[in-house]
Amino acid sequence: MAALLLIIGVAAGVFSALFGVGGGVVIVPALVLAGIPTRSSTGTSLAAISLTAAAGAIAYSLHGDIKVGAAALLGIPGVFGVVGGVALQQRLAGRTLTLGFALVLTAVGIRLLV
Amino acid sequence: MEILAALLGFVGGVLAGLFGVGGGILFVPTLVLVLGLTQIHAEATSLLAILPTVIVGTWRQHRYGNVDLRAGLLVGIGAIAGVEGGVQIAKALPEDTLRRLFAVLMLLVAASLAWRALRQKPAYASGDEQH
Repeated sequence: MAALLLIIGVAAGVFSALFGVGGGVVIVPALVLAGIPTRSSTGTSLAAISLTAAAGAIAYSLHGDIKVGAAALLGIPGVFGVVGGVALQQRLAGRTLTLGFALVLTAVGIRLLV
Repeated sequence: MEILAALLGFVGGVLAGLFGVGGGILFVPTLVLVLGLTQIHAEATSLLAILPTVIVGTWRQHRYGNVDLRAGLLVGIGAIAGVEGGVQIAKALPEDTLRRLFAVLMLLVAASLAWRALRQKPAYASGDEQH
């Protein structure tokens, strides 16, 4: 299982660098397909993204590419959003959550294709 | 524009809490289309914006018992190792090709997740199916 988790991480890191995202779009479905319950997969994914995003932000900050004001404008409201989102998630059934996530992936996938 | 960006930041946080993603999928287009950043600045800034959201999200989920810290650490370490590979691939292949490959992968994963979810019975079904 440890080797599988590392491989999932490497794949997520590759996609994170390619598309400037945290990698959760890869981590969550990979953990679910590996047999971890959906809610634990999303919580564990956030922990993993903390490491990836920190490493990415440090690397980019050395090149001076980060606009701190813009990051705060999105990131601070994001903190309030995530507290609400996590609380809301506890009331949803795992099946609803999985289908909702599949819907989000489909929407983003179609957006990237066209 | 600032108010719209802050609103989308909030929505990105809700998505992060609901689906365990960082919110970057919403943050990057917001930074480019609403705040007018270049793609590279948007990707860099998105990673910093993600950070407080996922740290607070991890803390909240941990309180609900939904975080496997060891698994998160292993995936995170793997991801840090993968980042350099991603940069190399991104430079070697045309961006359009990569974007379409990623889109197709997402649609396949979505179909596979939906199929699994629909196959299993609802966890909280009202008891009319008991035999």
